[in-house]
Amino acid sequence: MTFLDIRNLVVEGRTPAGEWLPTVHGVDLSVAAGEVVALIGESGAGKSTVALAAMGYARPGTRFRQGQVRLAGQEMLTLPPSSRRRIRGAQMAYVAQSAQASLNPAMTIGEQIHEPFAIHRIMPEGGVRQRVAQLLTRLDLPSAAAFTRRYPHQLSGGQQQRVMMAMALTCSPSLLILDEPTTALDATTQIEVLKALKAALADNRGAAIYVSHDLAVVAQVADRIVVLRNGRIVEQGITADIVDAPRELYTQQLVEAFRPRAPAKPAGSIDNGAAALLEVEDASSTYVRDRLFRKPDKTQNVLNDITFDLRPREALAIVGESGSGKSTLARVIAGLQPINGGRVRFRGNSLAGRSRDRSREALRAIQIVLQSPDLSLNPGQRIQQAIGRPLQFFFGMSNAEIPARVAELLAMVGLPADYAGRFPSELSGGQRQRVSIARAFAARPDIVICDEILSALDALVARQVLDLMRKLRAEHDVAYLFVSHDIATVATFADRVMVLYAGRICEIGPPAEVFQPPHHPYTALLLSSVPVLRLNWLKETVASNAPRPTQGRAWNGVGCPFHARCGLAVRGQCDAAPPPIRQVTKDHAIHCHRSIAELSAVGSSSCVA
Amino acid sequence: MTMLAQTERGARSIRRLPDLTTLGILGLLLLAVNALLAVFGSAIAPHSAAELIGGGAFGPPSDAAPWGTDYLGRDLLSRVLHGAKYSIGIAAAATLLGFLAGISIGFAAAEIRGRFDVVMIWICDIFLSFPSILLALLVIAGFGTSLPVLILTIAFIQLPRVIRLSRAVAMGISTLEFVEVARARGESLPSILGREILPNSLRPLAVEFGLRMSFAVLFISSLSFLGLGIQPPEADWGGMVRENLSGIYYGALAAIIPALLIGLLVLGINLTVDWLSGEVPKAESQDLR
Repeated sequence: MTFLDIRNLVVEGRTPAGEWLPTVHGVDLSVAAGEVVALIGESGAGKSTVALAAMGYARPGTRFRQGQVRLAGQEMLTLPPSSRRRIRGAQMAYVAQSAQASLNPAMTIGEQIHEPFAIHRIMPEGGVRQRVAQLLTRLDLPSAAAFTRRYPHQLSGGQQQRVMMAMALTCSPSLLILDEPTTALDATTQIEVLKALKAALADNRGAAIYVSHDLAVVAQVADRIVVLRNGRIVEQGITADIVDAPRELYTQQLVEAFRPRAPAKPAGSIDNGAAALLEVEDASSTYVRDRLFRKPDKTQNVLNDITFDLRPREALAIVGESGSGKSTLARVIAGLQPINGGRVRFRGNSLAGRSRDRSREALRAIQIVLQSPDLSLNPGQRIQQAIGRPLQFFFGMSNAEIPARVAELLAMVGLPADYAGRFPSELSGGQRQRVSIARAFAARPDIVICDEILSALDALVARQVLDLMRKLRAEHDVAYLFVSHDIATVATFADRVMVLYAGRICEIGPPAEVFQPPHHPYTALLLSSVPVLRLNWLKETVASNAPRPTQGRAWNGVGCPFHARCGLAVRGQCDAAPPPIRQVTKDHAIHCHRSIAELSAVGSSSCVA
Repeated sequence: MTMLAQTERGARSIRRLPDLTTLGILGLLLLAVNALLAVFGSAIAPHSAAELIGGGAFGPPSDAAPWGTDYLGRDLLSRVLHGAKYSIGIAAAATLLGFLAGISIGFAAAEIRGRFDVVMIWICDIFLSFPSILLALLVIAGFGTSLPVLILTIAFIQLPRVIRLSRAVAMGISTLEFVEVARARGESLPSILGREILPNSLRPLAVEFGLRMSFAVLFISSLSFLGLGIQPPEADWGGMVRENLSGIYYGALAAIIPALLIGLLVLGINLTVDWLSGEVPKAESQDLR
């Protein structure tokens, strides 16, 4: 039975010039009761707009042009606002991407979960308490009263997201809209949230619309997938058909972009005997400021005793969850974050902690590209100024020489020369990221630090940018320090991978070795958490992995930082002494108390082929 | 998508002013008239500020004195024209000076942070805890009431507020990635402040400039009202309100016109500020609640 029926929906958006242009062009969509339908597409495809239209809501700056949205036979678009509000409260719920931004920081989560009841007065007080406890348990959250008295900042990101879901499910909505609910989470956390969500959806028996850009995630949750592009439906069908037999070219490309690629073979050009370009020795760093009479606490370090080297023309990937210290390490090397112990050397010379104390030559040789295409270019400067500044700064180029070189650099990253006159706001995210890359290469660097440069891009665009990075490396004799949370992407690209956890190295080595046992238990966990575009991936992964807390007990600063989450931890050893470094091959080292033989015995994780 | 839209709006606001509104035009017109008065007022005044034109105190409007005469029988129109340069000129000069110094210090504090920042903020907070009029009285008691002293005093009073605001604005921008990239490149402090931070903070600062300038106009008037501002026979508009106050009993325009002009100047500044800080008009949308 069709529960939600959207017919010929046209939504218009207002351009900065004040014109109304259609952003969704005649979408038809129906959702049966109890069905989970995924809307998938790139940013700007209109997924969220269509999902919100199901609630009869148009975001500020957009309006409904035509079409019908019938929810259980009620026409939503023509209802008076007050009746619409009543229907929304009683029958619908919405979970946004950022739980941190959606939860009220001044209210305990218990109060927030109760709020929908208080507003819509659906249930007697006793029933409410029971329902809340039942929901929390269903979502794998502690149901104890102590938990509900906590404030949002006292929860982990995954817990916050599950609290959002609990709030959404309190009124047993017949339509639940989830807008990228796990996009902002780490892969390991994402699994837990997805598992809880799947169970809760099955419990609720209402219809759900799941908006996401991640086909692999969607394939685990949805009964049906609708592929959107530029405000039109490209293809729709049951999940198995879309994943295994996509008909349209665009869907095929999308599916292809989520297929795992084989790990890169170590590039032959790297000379292992050559002197290291960059040497990092026992580097530690903290964000806690020095106090006058107190020594900084070592457990508060975000980086601890990091030692590695980077060889000329090598691509070294640094992976880990959020909070692992990977970005801090990038900032240390770029001179944006001082170290409080150890040393960083470039071509044998010690590098100053702050960029402004470094020599012009060292500054030129190490360039950084940052994550967000929206923020990494000065919005008030034209592309010419952005790319021209390093030319002027490092090579003293005159204003007459700069345009020609900027055009060359733009061509190098695959952008037309006339983009030099544009402002960043006139470019797409992928194009802006290309400009940032051109700006880094303008300095003719020896090392380019890439801090999560793909994570804000759509899958297809990310793949193109990665191909560009590959091409530039071949052409320019440059070494990369490639910071990423996405271990699957890194596998296809890097010569060596360094896995960080809580500011310490767990494992370092060539991807072909790191991704096969023997490897560090944390590496195994990361690998098994990468969503794979396969129908039963979530079920299999959840079944094959023992329960593992993401909220590790606070680390005591003595033993292995991972011991609280580790399935192989040995009591009295892993929590008592720092792990020894075990050399598997010349290039592959694992920091673990377990012997290589023991680590080899643990089953291989099958996700990254 | 929403993030993109926001940055686009932000980017536009940096290089393009908001669309003109009726009130915005009115504000700009008022400011333009006042600016002309400040520059050419003395030149077009029919009489000097001190000249007694006969006809007695608080005389009604006549051919010789179109707006009547003041408490000593001087031409009110001429005095208003002469006074414009003080009211507007001092306020503009003092505010400009306060902003140049305040933005430099505030931006530097935001970028350098650490001890410099902490000490700067302490000093600001100490000065902010005194009533501004008391501070001004102290300075004027020490240095007299010459024009430079007046300008410097008012600039100094503006300073802590401007430092605090520009520091707060700069702190928000200085953590953005494009500033990080400039820092990693090894750009100097003036270059980071001038190229990366200043162009992106102009709008909130422009709004504050308007508000501070209104404050300065009123502040000079208060000082003159206390007899500590511009000294006779010259007078700014605030001083003219004070000296002609008793004329109100006789129904003379002498106290009302300068007060009205101050009001119009402040109104002009505020309307312009409102226009500059104006929001993008809300599109037709339905509330989710």
